[in-house]
Amino acid sequence: MALDKDGIAKRIAQELQDRFYVNLGIGIPTLVANYIPEGISVEFQSENGILGMGPFPFSGEEDADLINAGKQTITALNGAVYFDSATSFAMIRGKHVQLTVLGAMEVSENGDIANWKIPGKMVKGMGGAMDLVASAENIIVAMMHTNKKGESKLLKRCSLPLTGVACVKKIVTNLAVLEILPEGGFKLTERAPGVSVEEIQLATEGKLLVEGEIPEMNFN
Amino acid sequence: MIDKVVTNVHEALLGIEDGMTLMLGGFGLCGIPENSIAELVKKGVSNLTCISNNAGVDDFGLGLLLQQKQIKKMISSYVGENNEFERQMLSGELEVDLIPQGSLAERCRAGGTGIPAFFTPSGYGTEVADGKEVRVFNGKPHILENALTADFAIVKAWKGDVAGNLIFKATARNFNPMMAMAGKITIAEVEELVPVGKLDPNEIHTPGIFVQRIFQGLYFEKRIEQRTLRNK
Repeated sequence: MALDKDGIAKRIAQELQDRFYVNLGIGIPTLVANYIPEGISVEFQSENGILGMGPFPFSGEEDADLINAGKQTITALNGAVYFDSATSFAMIRGKHVQLTVLGAMEVSENGDIANWKIPGKMVKGMGGAMDLVASAENIIVAMMHTNKKGESKLLKRCSLPLTGVACVKKIVTNLAVLEILPEGGFKLTERAPGVSVEEIQLATEGKLLVEGEIPEMNFN
Repeated sequence: MIDKVVTNVHEALLGIEDGMTLMLGGFGLCGIPENSIAELVKKGVSNLTCISNNAGVDDFGLGLLLQQKQIKKMISSYVGENNEFERQMLSGELEVDLIPQGSLAERCRAGGTGIPAFFTPSGYGTEVADGKEVRVFNGKPHILENALTADFAIVKAWKGDVAGNLIFKATARNFNPMMAMAGKITIAEVEELVPVGKLDPNEIHTPGIFVQRIFQGLYFEKRIEQRTLRNK
């Protein structure tokens, strides 16, 4: 069965490593914070200016001056720090953040990503996404494999305006885990439980590389 | 000590005229100079170019200036929460320059620190790079981004003293310190204005040299855009 959004977040949480500083984008990526593996310490950065972001506040404890990049009220953990936007992007462009997880509307088989604009339709802006994808060494895209119309989001070439070029290394979808090869192509590395290679192939427009037996994701 | 205090928001905004470029601090509705925005609406200045990370929501923040069609051009990174903004942008009434958030922060910082331009990897290969010089450093392409300055920068701080020294609270700091540096005239709106000597010099975020006028806001609504809670 295909994963739900929490399932995607759970699988991505397995990529967290001890002592990582992590930036989580809006949407599915935010959920990753709920599934930190036991025994490791990570710190979450939000690009509006906090390191050491904690969970959402209890009712009555929310503070208008303390929000995340999605403008949601949050809390700060002990040891947290606040900083201005230039310092925040110094952390990001300066490669001080070890892992970036963000959503996407499209990813191409050479690692291009589009997630900020639908011409003539949706004009929201790129926020910090272009800075994140231009600099992060370790970018994981969290998204559904197909869009609401059922069309593949893993493409030969992106059709929407790009956010960054040749930057995505790994994608976790509701159907699969895929790596983008340096020479191009989506290499299938894991299947969602009960999802067949054929289903993944059908949902992938770009070049899918399948080598040998593809294991199911392991959630134990 | 140089006294920067002005008595009220009206006096603070004297000299802002039609067609000027303003920087306004804040991220979303967090850390925005809400008293000054209300006064800009009252003042009725128009044809403004506003540099601000966001454009508020329909009925708060810069959304109030958009409603009155006082803004000619916005320079922002994310405008997702404002329907009127989207309408004016798609219809061509409003000129919009969307730039990556980190580049926006750095362009303001550069404007205030005497750096005319810089190369950044952000936006390379995208429409943000159109018409910009590209240069390769360490095997990686970068684009040239120019500094931003403003006729007036309007920032919001938690505490400030008579000399214009500022302390921000939590994530309400965001763009305020860079914009404070990049305004030809910088106006600081603070929740609490204190005499000199009351702030610990070790803990000041923005030195008063960057601030020309300071006043205590009369009222702060501090609206929350996404009240998100966890269950007890």
